[in-house]
Amino acid sequence: MSMFWTIWISVITIGLIIGCYFLLRWCLSNQTGVPEGESMGHEFDGIEELNNQLPRWWTIMFYITIVWGFLYLALYPGLGAYEGLLGWKSSHQNIQSLEESMQARIDAKEQGRLVQYDRELDYAADKFDPIFEAYAQIPVEELANDPEANKVGQRLFLQNCSQCHGSDARGQNGGFPNLTDDDWLYGGSGDKIVETLINGRRAAMPAWLDAMGEDGIDEVVNYVLSLSGRDVDPQLAKAGKARFAACAACHGMDGKGNQMLGAPNLTDNIWLYGGSHRAVTETLTYGRNGVMPAFKKTLGEDKIHVVAAYVYSLSND
Amino acid sequence: MKNPHELIEKNVGLLTVLILVAISFGAMVQITPLMFQQQTMEPVKGLRPYTALELEGRDIYIREGCVGCHSQMVRPFRAETERYGHYSVAGESVWEHPFLWGSKRTGPDLARVGGRYSDEWHRVHLLNPRNVVPESNMPGFPWLAENTLNGELTAEKMEVFRGFGVPYTDEDIAGAKAAVQGKSEMQALIAYLQSLGTHLK
Repeated sequence: MSMFWTIWISVITIGLIIGCYFLLRWCLSNQTGVPEGESMGHEFDGIEELNNQLPRWWTIMFYITIVWGFLYLALYPGLGAYEGLLGWKSSHQNIQSLEESMQARIDAKEQGRLVQYDRELDYAADKFDPIFEAYAQIPVEELANDPEANKVGQRLFLQNCSQCHGSDARGQNGGFPNLTDDDWLYGGSGDKIVETLINGRRAAMPAWLDAMGEDGIDEVVNYVLSLSGRDVDPQLAKAGKARFAACAACHGMDGKGNQMLGAPNLTDNIWLYGGSHRAVTETLTYGRNGVMPAFKKTLGEDKIHVVAAYVYSLSND
Repeated sequence: MKNPHELIEKNVGLLTVLILVAISFGAMVQITPLMFQQQTMEPVKGLRPYTALELEGRDIYIREGCVGCHSQMVRPFRAETERYGHYSVAGESVWEHPFLWGSKRTGPDLARVGGRYSDEWHRVHLLNPRNVVPESNMPGFPWLAENTLNGELTAEKMEVFRGFGVPYTDEDIAGAKAAVQGKSEMQALIAYLQSLGTHLK
């Protein structure tokens, strides 16, 4: 902040506090032209206003606030570029990037500056980092048996994952998978769950309307539904089987899916976008592009490890 | 004058003027200097202006009153940054006219919602929030999917923003209409939401 604005702020601020002091002094002297304790000359419903002094306790408090005002301005950064005797500030507002933010934190620490937000982070780091670091040493599959870790994991899950997967982790129709069953799109091992959380996932089910036409899609839908034992038109299903070769590239010849590609198993009667004839037809006609966002930046690897253990515990208990 | 108090107490006009003078001292100290600070005028390194579609989405955000329930301001407290990400800094808002920081959180803060959810999640959620979050009390906005943008005013809006100092190029403005025409309001709003808070890198 430039010298001009520092002077601008200081003069007005200090001037006003001093002004408050003189206003108080002036109000304490009798300016009404009526002797103290006597009537001001008006009454309402028999209640008369007398010319009394300002209450003593109130006046003293006023003086105290004036003193406190100066004390505060000396200790804290209230006057332009002046940083205050405590060197206190709330956070680093001048940063231009996340990197600068991190650097500012390191610099402030070296200079011994009192940054409120940094202190909160340091306090939390001292308290929680050892816990998360210890958890990070334990494999996900093993950590899933630790009730304390699962409590932490559940909190993080509710905060970050429940919006899509539901607070009970049973998912939602429309592309948000149930995490409590044994059906995994990208693999249910600890490593795979961690991988999904860190980098996110992008599914790509193409639209088949152009390639197959509506009749072709109807045939494939009948065949796909037959894979999980549903009642279908056998004629159409048979025709669909011939067309399924195009689907087999991802879903496999047997329709059991491929976790490398995130292609769902079509034989287990678990449906990400609904298993009705209509829903499956829509999936084939327009395609689906499910996205699991990456959480590396939001949570960091140590927390992801704990969340992964919680998720693992849901389907392996 | 026998009693100067009486002069002020019995003249509402004079009282009003003096109150305004008293308040303006606060504004002179708190607001005026900020208008000239580099910190509040210089964009963060990664900042880019809203695309035409995002800009239209922002107007829909304003029209639907989202700001009434959602703030866009992560405060520098760990309790907030753990949930939302890095606290907001002034350099992220230099091209916001008006800013949409909000002052009320019935729903969560949205300052860094960009990339947090998939586009599809936003679509389902805006149609009817309870389809994905059963506990939600947010209203649904199903008409967004039906209303189509014609882009008639998009270029003009960008001109106005350029007047405020947002660095839109002539090409941006020339291509504005084509960029939004035929897109649904839903697409515009989602594009806007997905851009929020992603510029501080």
